[in-house]
Amino acid sequence: MKTLKILTIAAIIIAASAFAVNNVFEGGEASNSSENGYDIGDVATDFKLKNIDGKQVSLSDYSTAQGFIVVFTTNHCPYAKAYENRIVALDKKYNTKGYPVIAINPNNPDKNEQDSFENMQLRAKQKGFTFPYLLDEGQKIYPQYGATKTPHVYILEKENNELIVKYIGAIDDNYQDVNAVEEKFIENAVDELLAGEEVSVKTTKAIGCSIK
Amino acid sequence: MIKRILVLIIICCVACVEQKSNENSAAEKEAVKIPTYNFEELEKNLPTDQEKTYVINFWATWCAPCVEELPHFLKLNNKEDVEVILVSLDMPKMKETQLVPFVKKRNINAKVVLLDDPRSNVWIPKVDENWDGAIPATLIYNSKNRKFYPRKFDTYQDLLGEVENFKNEI
Repeated sequence: MKTLKILTIAAIIIAASAFAVNNVFEGGEASNSSENGYDIGDVATDFKLKNIDGKQVSLSDYSTAQGFIVVFTTNHCPYAKAYENRIVALDKKYNTKGYPVIAINPNNPDKNEQDSFENMQLRAKQKGFTFPYLLDEGQKIYPQYGATKTPHVYILEKENNELIVKYIGAIDDNYQDVNAVEEKFIENAVDELLAGEEVSVKTTKAIGCSIK
Repeated sequence: MIKRILVLIIICCVACVEQKSNENSAAEKEAVKIPTYNFEELEKNLPTDQEKTYVINFWATWCAPCVEELPHFLKLNNKEDVEVILVSLDMPKMKETQLVPFVKKRNINAKVVLLDDPRSNVWIPKVDENWDGAIPATLIYNSKNRKFYPRKFDTYQDLLGEVENFKNEI
């Protein structure tokens, strides 16, 4: 009976796909989603958030930094987990060059125990985070940036004591396999900023876990 | 004594093997077929029956809001002129350990496909140019029109209302 059912469904699917046209994903009109967060070129706000060591961290604490790699990430999300080692590598590579990583957990820990402050401490220890991992207590900061998911990265550059948004998006173009990455979006952007050039790829998209 | 132990061991082994083959055949009977597609394959395999409205839901088993809204989509799928297609963004390596058991356990009646395409920066804008990749997200389409909803549907009425609105817009 079950086999018959499956066969019938398969037959329907095959029959239906025979009529399939390829325009479902093409020509999509601009959607209704409103962008309340930052655009490229906007001035980013500083913040004062609690780090996993209990101390408050602000971007203004980093007087010698030329900019920041601000990563909204979290404990529970598989897409965020897939990037943890790569985020550590980014900090190792760019911290000394003037672009430290600042990680922020934007999720409300009441919604998911895995994203609690204690679990942030644990996760950071397990993965050997070399950078601050801050909790967006009260969820006031991520909406200002316009982050919608984890991981979601903002590269900021210091210009005349202001923090200018230079890049918004993904870390690279392959979440599954670090060895299959073709474009390292963050590295390319920071390298360009360090060379005094304009960032060539300013925004990218990736699947992530919506912020809760 | 040694002989007795040996016999015992052999019996155990045979029992284990038999049990395993039983499990296998039971699993086959309950087999859930979930095709794995890259984006081009997904596109090619989308049905476009003139009479129907299709609802593509981008989700994953680990995405809590996705799982919360899932019952509304399964209920919607019971309507004759609507077909729901659940496009899973679970990690491909977790297909057998997470996705398949989930689909079995929940008796999911809608078509489920696994989208395995890491080039999300290329395919996300093709779904909708303003989608940033957060899930859940839903695309409703028919032979004439399409509309994208980068949000969660909190109730069945909410989802049904959008589908009815979509139909009436044409």
